[in-house]
Amino acid sequence: MGMRLLPQPVLTLVIAAVWMALANSVSLGNAVLGLALGLAVPLLTQAYWPDRPRFRNPWRIADFALVVLWDIIVSNIQVARLILFRRGDSLRSQFVRVPLDLTNAEAITILAGTITMTPGTVSADLSADGTAILVHCLETDDPEATVTAIKQRYERRLMEIFA
Amino acid sequence: MTAWIVDVGVTVLLLTGSFFLLVGSFGLAKLPDMMRRLHAPTKATTLGIGALLIASMAYFTFSLGIPSFHELLITVFLFITAPVTAHMIAKAHLLRDPELRPRLPDVQANGGWATLGRSPQDTQRGGP
Amino acid sequence: MIATACLIALAAISLALLLNLYRLAVGPHALDRVLALDTMVINAIGLIVVLGIWFGVTIFFEAALLFAMVGFLSTVAFCKYLLRGNVIE
Repeated sequence: MGMRLLPQPVLTLVIAAVWMALANSVSLGNAVLGLALGLAVPLLTQAYWPDRPRFRNPWRIADFALVVLWDIIVSNIQVARLILFRRGDSLRSQFVRVPLDLTNAEAITILAGTITMTPGTVSADLSADGTAILVHCLETDDPEATVTAIKQRYERRLMEIFA
Repeated sequence: MTAWIVDVGVTVLLLTGSFFLLVGSFGLAKLPDMMRRLHAPTKATTLGIGALLIASMAYFTFSLGIPSFHELLITVFLFITAPVTAHMIAKAHLLRDPELRPRLPDVQANGGWATLGRSPQDTQRGGP
Repeated sequence: MIATACLIALAAISLALLLNLYRLAVGPHALDRVLALDTMVINAIGLIVVLGIWFGVTIFFEAALLFAMVGFLSTVAFCKYLLRGNVIE
């Protein structure tokens, strides 16, 4: 019963929060309207999203978001230093292949986005069968270390979040 | 007293934000090849915009007394879309620049890299 | 103090837009120009936000949000066209 009326509880909360941010006010009326939308949209769209991801542990999202936010700030300072104080030709950039243990399409999308936002790496392509990501590093001596860092820091946390 | 702290905070955020925007655009103009150029705007500009939006949020809420948090929406939107645009540009660049292909690592998977060929040989040889 | 910071920020972002314009003009490939346009849109959003603080008006928020959405869509459409020779298949 609970699953039928509330197929995606996290999406419901996100829609309500986005509604209140768009209206730019936290009043009771807006909360009710936002929750009504948040209940209606997942119910009406669930037929079009058959194998949607299931969260195993939604509370780990906060942990993941904090780690990623911190890394975004650090990576910005690093990249800014590289841009300002190094000659463009002297940057040792190269492509690296990161093998994937994740199989869920949504989780791989989040991982690719995270890789782009964090220190000196941009995800450039995915293998056709979805088992590896092609990553371009701006400045690296040790590609192996980059790969293990990505797998340890982000992929492990994503595997805990998604079932 | 508190107004003074808000003023300093907003000033610092404004200066950091515009600094990172400038660095991102400088990197775009300076770096020598396409894949390196991609790094500068995608990273520096998101933090730059984020800092400016937090400054706007703090200024309207604490200085002018107009509670305002809808700037968060733009920040979240940009944090979601910036990697997607970077990924699309990188894919298009991989497809359109044959000189890159010998420098790609071996895919070790059926079907090759999604943008390029069907088989690993295609990826090495130069795509479809 | 905030007014001075706004002026400095406006000057820095305008300089950033000029650098983007340089990349847009020089190229050399179509994708460099797409990337320059995308960065230009992001800088324009920054400019709008700083102007909102400068005038003390929240009404610019909608313009910034629309810029973000249209900029994202146009960049993806450009890339899709360069990738597949078609925007909607």
